[in-house]
Amino acid sequence: MNALPFVIAAYTAAALCIGGVLLWSWVSMRRAEKAADALRGERR
Amino acid sequence: MHRFANPARFLKLARPLTAATLALGFALTTAALWWGLFRAPPDYLQGESVRIMYLHVPTAWISMGAYLGLGITGIAVLVWKHPLAEVALEALAPVGAVYAGVCLLTGSIWGRPTWGTWWVWDGRLTSMLVLFFLYLGVVALAGAFDERSRGARAAAVLAIVGLVNLPIIKFSVEWWNTLHQPASITLKGSSIHPDMLYPLLTSAGGLGLLMAAAVLMRMRAIIAEQRIAARRARLAGDAA
Repeated sequence: MNALPFVIAAYTAAALCIGGVLLWSWVSMRRAEKAADALRGERR
Repeated sequence: MHRFANPARFLKLARPLTAATLALGFALTTAALWWGLFRAPPDYLQGESVRIMYLHVPTAWISMGAYLGLGITGIAVLVWKHPLAEVALEALAPVGAVYAGVCLLTGSIWGRPTWGTWWVWDGRLTSMLVLFFLYLGVVALAGAFDERSRGARAAAVLAIVGLVNLPIIKFSVEWWNTLHQPASITLKGSSIHPDMLYPLLTSAGGLGLLMAAAVLMRMRAIIAEQRIAARRARLAGDAA
């Protein structure tokens, strides 16, 4: 059995999952920190 | 350790650490996977499918190590009631679930050309699946209450109870006659050729740093969300 398609599938799945969790973490952090800063400015 | 339980002090440290772990994690992971894909030799038995091991093995190690961290964080939540421990518990669980999921997924993809099957109810595979469900359970419990602290306490109990699964995963290949092979790397040494061992260890370092970066970013997001909620409550109080 040619293993190459399985290797490609495994690397693609891992890149999507780990890349996805990193992107989600980064976007949620940026959004929350921006909103917190904006609210601090509003108060002033 | 208790000094860093203060969110403001933690943020001062977390900001530069996030960038450093992210950059170093990306660099190490890219180098390790390129090494594993194009430079490391194929295995004499597994052939080219051994390249999946550069993802599968590190994600297994990291998801187990992270669960140990989750259990210790759970103890800190229940015993010391650290607000930062609650944040860490909530941040670590979804990232750990993704790593455990990647371990299961890549193991299944490796199993098809090597064992001829996607899945068997073998001791190692089943206990790893239980670890994945434990992570999901902690995520679900942490988000199940309106009051964040109550959710964190409930999730902490599950995280601590789930620690019992770690030795089961570790020793499953010795306790039961399983299809999964025993550990190739132990405290006594390694049976892996250095040409394969070095990219494997580099990948573990890189993926571990990426997990640390994701957890730090989640923790910063949760702290900011808590600050927003506190400030809104204060503004509502001032207006009333």
